Amino acid sequence: MTNSIREVPLSEGFLVIGSNTTENHPVIGSMIMKEVINQGKKLIVVDPREIELSRYADYYFQIKPGTNIAILNGFMHVLIKEGIFNKEYVEKRCEGFEAMAKILEKYNPEFVAEICGIDNPEDIVKAARLMAQLKPMALYYAMGITQFVSGVNGVKSTANLQMLLGNLGIPGGGVNPLRGQNNVQGACDMGALNAVYPAYQPVASEENKEKFEKAWGVSGLPTKPGLTIVEMFNAAVAGNLKAVYEMGENPVMSDPNQHHVIEALEALNFFVVQDIFFTETAQYADVVLPACSFLEKEGTVTNTERRIQPMHRVLPPWGDARDDWWITMQIANRMGAQWDYKKPEDIFEEIRMVTPSYAGITYERVEKELIQWPCPAKDHPGTQYLHKEKFSRGLGLLTGIDYTPPAEETDTDYPVILTTGRILEHFHTGTMTRNSKILDEIVPEGFVEIHPNDAKIYNITDGEVISISSRRGSIRIRARVTDRSKPNVVFIPFHFFEAAANELTIDALDPTCKIPEYKVCSCKIEKIYL
Amino acid sequence: MQEIKFTINGKDVTGGKGQTILEIALKNGFDIPYLCYHPKISKTGACRMCIVRVNEVMLKTACTEPAMEGMKVITEDEEIIKIRKGILELLLAEGDHNCLYCDANGACELQTLVHRYNIDQVAYEYPKRNREIDYESSEGLKRNENRCILCGRCVKACGEIQLSNVWSFTDRGGHTHLTSGLYEKIGDSSCVKCGACVQLCPTGSLSFQTVLGRGENWELTKESSICIYCGVGCKIDYYKNKEGLLVKTIGHDDGPNRGHLCVKGRFGFDFIQNGKRLSKPLIKRNGVFEEASWDEALDLVASKFIEIKDKYGPDSIAALSSAKCTNEENYLMQKIMRAVIGTNNVDHCARL
Ligand code: SF4
Ligand code: SF4
Ligand code: SF4
Repeated sequence: MTNSIREVPLSEGFLVIGSNTTENHPVIGSMIMKEVINQGKKLIVVDPREIELSRYADYYFQIKPGTNIAILNGFMHVLIKEGIFNKEYVEKRCEGFEAMAKILEKYNPEFVAEICGIDNPEDIVKAARLMAQLKPMALYYAMGITQFVSGVNGVKSTANLQMLLGNLGIPGGGVNPLRGQNNVQGACDMGALNAVYPAYQPVASEENKEKFEKAWGVSGLPTKPGLTIVEMFNAAVAGNLKAVYEMGENPVMSDPNQHHVIEALEALNFFVVQDIFFTETAQYADVVLPACSFLEKEGTVTNTERRIQPMHRVLPPWGDARDDWWITMQIANRMGAQWDYKKPEDIFEEIRMVTPSYAGITYERVEKELIQWPCPAKDHPGTQYLHKEKFSRGLGLLTGIDYTPPAEETDTDYPVILTTGRILEHFHTGTMTRNSKILDEIVPEGFVEIHPNDAKIYNITDGEVISISSRRGSIRIRARVTDRSKPNVVFIPFHFFEAAANELTIDALDPTCKIPEYKVCSCKIEKIYL
Repeated sequence: MQEIKFTINGKDVTGGKGQTILEIALKNGFDIPYLCYHPKISKTGACRMCIVRVNEVMLKTACTEPAMEGMKVITEDEEIIKIRKGILELLLAEGDHNCLYCDANGACELQTLVHRYNIDQVAYEYPKRNREIDYESSEGLKRNENRCILCGRCVKACGEIQLSNVWSFTDRGGHTHLTSGLYEKIGDSSCVKCGACVQLCPTGSLSFQTVLGRGENWELTKESSICIYCGVGCKIDYYKNKEGLLVKTIGHDDGPNRGHLCVKGRFGFDFIQNGKRLSKPLIKRNGVFEEASWDEALDLVASKFIEIKDKYGPDSIAALSSAKCTNEENYLMQKIMRAVIGTNNVDHCARL
């Protein structure tokens, strides 16, 4: 997030796009609801599925999955056409306006409504006018923006809109991605990514190579960016990748195109799984290493607002389980390294040395202070919101972005749009929540949401087990008849291994950041006749 | 905020204009009892436990009365004690406050005040109005309204913190009682089991399904950590009993959540003490997993990595790091791949 959670009350209004906030980030969802319901703040929601927030929205756009960019372009088109964008801000802090305005010209409300499959084009105009009045307006998004082949462009579009409105670099504004996992932010900050060292320092740079060689006392660090997750599995199937060391992930459940993942894991010469449970993925391993759960470990995590927080050891390790960092260190040392970390804090002290944005953060400080990176020095208070006076590149770059359709469009064989997501009571691959008694009792099994019209067409009743197939696989799953999605769009939460949505999803990737297109693919619905 | 000065029990205090007597008194370490007040919700002024004497004559509820320049506040005198005792006696008489079989025993604000004001067995007869007892309908919450003191905190917790607006009061006078949804069972209402109402309930009227039979409140110990689920990063106090079993969670005020949690943070912790946890390293031999020692397993992993690296080059090895692990663990994972194995093949599920 460019801004902070505690700034929610400072916003005059909110644009929530591609985020079912009250189910996926419920505590922030409640904070937004409080402003909207109890304080009368404004709310605009864009989501293919009716969500709790859409009930309280001033404007709600139920777009076709995969058309975010078109509607964002539509809002910007109106702002520019009516001359109600923040001219002063754009002049002073941005560049690229003319070129962008040109691309936006054709995105008139009727054109956009056509692409997005909505029948209220005049609301696009009204919503844009409302946005122009909200000073400031905060934009929140989640996987509903990023999990598309056009994900990176979707993110850029949200920034374009907020710059046009002058909402970046001010309290209560911002572009606020809500991270789906408790330490995605930190894992990225730490360089657990194929192309960057900690603090996003590119590996393809001689200068960074030297810097890290010196810091780590090694030579010959690779400058060629590595493989991303989905590329890893492709390489394994192709025979180029031979071994995988996996810590706390469950790709058989979480990655798109499950059959392909299994094929890849079976092709490996050697596969190590380090986890707390014997997951769906672990059965393909050669070695399984038992790790401590989060309540058995110490260390820091970084939340969606860049805030670094300490975790404490609540329980002793389970059985013979060990800390993940200890296991990694043992493997490194048995391969010839000489690491000598006694406790997580020793590692953190090294992190500070090589991660400029964390340089001023210490274990002592995070115990008593609220610190958000960048925090370059010990006497620096941290950063509540980014881009205050200027952007990291100086002027903010406005870029015109055209809408592109999803990789797989519906056709006669697979006429229905499938979209996936999470529900309130479960999490990701279900490894944790489905092993939690109460959460499992609340929602014990998977389901597919299907519109009453479709239910009628396919002669399906609520609660009936039906078959959903795509070009990649087929699952049996219980139908939940509801009008939350539009006709011809079905939704499946991906937490349930017995009916894994990712047997169906497509592994088409965003060309820049390689996010798979989970949020939309084509499928067909079939009644099962006994 | 404009500063104002006044005295509490003869001591000089300062506060901000618009703040209530109670807020300033609590901040300055004065102990004024209260039941319906809670810092996280709007003011109610209903229980009247917090009455104080202002300027030697008037009695005011400290939770609603704004502090004024030059005011003289007395937090307790004989008359106030008498009134507070009266309130407590009525509350006791109105419900079934038998601490012996209450989940809140030892962590009940009513019980604490009853001890503090030395209330004995109440002389009035308990009216046995038979309000709702429902231990079944909700997977997360238990409700025994015979312990309810009608403070209204739950109504406001749900309406002002969680915004699900499940609770409200219904009927009048001595018959006032709580209702969830449209006279539904709590389990059938729109309750999302965030537990905010339970966390704020001063008595055992609302409690968690996880606590029963897992030890007395005074035996529990707590330690804070950060929720393992979404990126909000809620700070949570985890409570465990003498046997080391996790019992309940309470949202911590210092975190980004400011005390609030969702159902996952609230109830999604017992997977950790689930018998299915991995407890020994496993090595697959001839297609079957066998338990192994750490040394055996680690040596095998290291030697295999070395072998594969020598034969196929460092780029034939890759790592999947984890958004569920700490910064320190992710840091070491990318370091081992880059510095020890010599490849940038490291990624995690940020993209997924
Ligand atoms: S648990 Fe949460 S949603 Fe349910 S009644 Fe209590 S405050 Fe409301
Ligand atoms: S249930 Fe608890 S919080 Fe709600 S009114 Fe009764 S005593 Fe107060
Ligand atoms: S308690 Fe809920 S909102 Fe808070 S971090 Fe956990 S999952 Fe997210």
